[in-house]
Amino acid sequence: MAVGTVARERVERLDRIWQERPGFTGWLTTTDHKRIGLLYLVTSLVFFAAGGVEALVMRTQLAEADERVVGPGTYDQLMTMHGITMIFFFVIPLSIGFFGNYLVPLMIGARDMAFPRMNALSYWLYLGSGILLYSGLALGHAPDAGWFNYVPLASRKFSPGTGVDFYALGLILNSISSTAAAANFLVTIGRLRAPGMSLNRMPLFCFAILATSFSLVFALPALTTDLVFLELSRKFGLHFFDVGRGGNPLLWQDLFWIFGHPEVYIIVLPAFGIATSIIPTFTRRRMAAFPLVALAELLVAFIGFGVWVHHMFATGLPEIAMIFFAAASLIIVIPSGIQIFAWCMTMVTGKPEFRTPLLFIVGFILFFVFGGLSGIMLAAIPFDQQVTDTYFVVAHFHYVIWGAAVFPLLGGLYYWFPKVTGRMYNERLGQTTFWLVFIGTNVTFFPMHISGMLGMPRRVWTYPGYLGWGPENFVSTLGAFFLTGGLVLMAVNLVVSRIRGPLAGPNPFGGATLEWATSSPPPPYNFAVIPKVSSPYATWDTDDRKTDPERLERGDFVLEGGHLTPGTTPVDGHMDEILAMPEESPWPVTLAFVATLGTAFVIANHLIFAIAMVALAAVVLVAWHSGEPEAA
Amino acid sequence: MTRGVLPAGRRRLVTLGLPVLLATGCNSNQAITNPATRPARDINTLWWAMLAGALVVFAVVVALLVIAFVRRGRPGEPSHDDSGPYKVIIGGGLAAPMVVLAILFGFVIHVMPATSAPPGPTKLTVDVIGHQWFWEVRYPGTSAVTANEIHIPSGTAVDVRATTVDVIHSFWVPRLNRKIDMIPGRANRIELDAPDPGVYRGQCSEFCGVGHAQMSFYVIVQPPAQFRAWLRAQSRPAATPATAAGLLGRHTFLTVGCEDCHVIRGTSAAGRVGPDLTHVGSRRTLAALTIPNTPRTLYDWISNPQAIKPGVRMPGFASLPAAQRHALVAYLESLR
Repeated sequence: MAVGTVARERVERLDRIWQERPGFTGWLTTTDHKRIGLLYLVTSLVFFAAGGVEALVMRTQLAEADERVVGPGTYDQLMTMHGITMIFFFVIPLSIGFFGNYLVPLMIGARDMAFPRMNALSYWLYLGSGILLYSGLALGHAPDAGWFNYVPLASRKFSPGTGVDFYALGLILNSISSTAAAANFLVTIGRLRAPGMSLNRMPLFCFAILATSFSLVFALPALTTDLVFLELSRKFGLHFFDVGRGGNPLLWQDLFWIFGHPEVYIIVLPAFGIATSIIPTFTRRRMAAFPLVALAELLVAFIGFGVWVHHMFATGLPEIAMIFFAAASLIIVIPSGIQIFAWCMTMVTGKPEFRTPLLFIVGFILFFVFGGLSGIMLAAIPFDQQVTDTYFVVAHFHYVIWGAAVFPLLGGLYYWFPKVTGRMYNERLGQTTFWLVFIGTNVTFFPMHISGMLGMPRRVWTYPGYLGWGPENFVSTLGAFFLTGGLVLMAVNLVVSRIRGPLAGPNPFGGATLEWATSSPPPPYNFAVIPKVSSPYATWDTDDRKTDPERLERGDFVLEGGHLTPGTTPVDGHMDEILAMPEESPWPVTLAFVATLGTAFVIANHLIFAIAMVALAAVVLVAWHSGEPEAA
Repeated sequence: MTRGVLPAGRRRLVTLGLPVLLATGCNSNQAITNPATRPARDINTLWWAMLAGALVVFAVVVALLVIAFVRRGRPGEPSHDDSGPYKVIIGGGLAAPMVVLAILFGFVIHVMPATSAPPGPTKLTVDVIGHQWFWEVRYPGTSAVTANEIHIPSGTAVDVRATTVDVIHSFWVPRLNRKIDMIPGRANRIELDAPDPGVYRGQCSEFCGVGHAQMSFYVIVQPPAQFRAWLRAQSRPAATPATAAGLLGRHTFLTVGCEDCHVIRGTSAAGRVGPDLTHVGSRRTLAALTIPNTPRTLYDWISNPQAIKPGVRMPGFASLPAAQRHALVAYLESLR
């Protein structure tokens, strides 16, 4: 790109304005959505490793009948931690925290998230909640009542230790973090799109994040309420769930699954978004039925709220209620079906080039269809009442969550690797990894359908040999280690390529969305000139990008007067103001630290110290707000 | 197998693949695919029908992906025309699922009544009460109380009232019917109606703590006459032991603390924490199916139950002199 002197001066000025502190302090105080995204990436992968080790120990214990690798106490802790870790500390932070954070502002042509310091706070609270939960494990007080944590098993009477307190308070902290993050996405997507990016020109990935954020904002309060009720019961003896005092243990389940089923779509929707980003690039064709897919993404999030009762078909509910929720659970098939056929038809009518990212998406489609079909079976009430809480369900949701939600994330890691690092990964190793992981996934999780149909309940730490579940379990365990091998190879490929991979350039795959219009890795201000958008395929359809150097030279929309980004109208994307963004700040990390410490004091029953932390948090908030950016 | 939705010949075709896998090298006494009653059979039929449908849908998607793969190298740039894809997407993603789901929904509504508890009272009611970690079974109208064994007469609809004294458990005998949760504050009901005598394995299927994996039970279906005789025998109080060892065992039982947790009807032992042991000698297994009921295993159990069933609430009695433990075994095994 030939850049004139004036343009170079403008870029240097932007570099100065957006520069953050170097080194460790820089990472602590950063408000750059890309650096926060990278923090999420590294942290969530560390938790992924932890959750994976937990799974491998469980699989080793279950490899054969009557094994004694670990006892039931340890197994129950591993099972609980594995579930919590993978859902709250791996998938959501990776999909929303990393992919959402890193990509949404780039894809909509903004310079940062709407609330950069709240964004930092979300990350630090997430880290705090994770450290808290794992310190419980380190202290030997990991929760052991399952990730679903049903009362009365989780009540003080039946779980007298602090394990469940670590669970409840850790997740309250985590859920505050996620709620803040989701609100941030809603405002960012609603208000910070580049001029000209009306809703119908917004990339489908952003629709997916929008749908996910809506779900989070409405689902998490149910979980938080549930957890607060639980802690009030455990710490102060209140009776929300206590039958003897007029409470009801099913209240826990209702609130938990009002959150817990939308949660499934919260996990899967970003994956849909990644699929709709990767498929057009590697098929050189726009997504078929773009508006229908956008609508389907939103509908999935909406209908996801009407299905929670299918987790409770065996609790003895009235039939009419069950039938209603079974119908809702079946109807969600339709928006999912529309997306599946849209992905397939895009490939059929395009010219697919099966490189690593697209291979992962093909794997994703297969897993999603497979897991979706067993999901339909689980909406059939009598069948669900037979197989619920068996390994059939374990097989089903691992096909959905691991196969359908995480596979696209893995594909996404390859796809955006050049954008984030500026270097290319090794394609051959990437494809080898895909096959290892794809086969490993099937070998691990397919036999679980069979052991489930043979009557093996889930959440058991051992089983007798005479029931014949041994072969399926042995194969599963082998598969788990095979799968792990594939993931290790992926880690090696990406780490080595990060250091030695060939330089990638701004758009190595010919991607259509705006993130490919800036350099790799992008500068702190994302775009030197604010893009103007006239198509959802911004780099394919228009010559806008080709004129960017000239616009930079002219000073057309460079916004070089501080941390500035344009604000646009929510539907039409008309520019209506220039927004001033805050700079880096020490207060988010401080506030998160104080909140985590306060939570730890509550767990340890030092309520006085906890109250002191609340006071300290108030002081931090005052400091935070004394540094608000001036409106431009 | 008479109530399948598909004609018999087609059903066989559909059921050729997985059953081979399912049937190899396994005792299917807890298998969903080995039903022994009408509701379990209906659910099994529903499963095979859904599997057949699912395989068709899966094949369609695989076919689309294969077409995409085969045609990937054709010349020219791809067109962005959406009219063709729209038809397929609407047809495959909207129209076809609506038809299939409507059929499935009808099937579900059709199967549901068979798996539900009958509205009115049945001839026989059994109370099953979940404990951490065993099953207490009571037969209303009699004084019989058993643990981990539910005896019912064949060919008789039995109403099981499932409750719990502590946490949530779930009552599940896959070969007889679907499961029903046991929830504090409610009595859930399920019907067992087994045509054939036999022993059917069941297991707790809702995570209930450390002992969850080892909380199993048998439903023992007997011809009605045999069942009535059994129930009469179980209703009697415990017999006075006939041997010196048995008498020493009873004395030991009533003095070392066993009586604080266990009931033996006809003695002063009236604890309600552990299983009723009035006729423990007649039971097939100990520790909720974890070990067979023999003098040898009972001795090991009394000595160190934690080694057999971790988390069990019973303390070990290894400190008791071996002679007394043997006497306890003699006494308990005599309680038939």
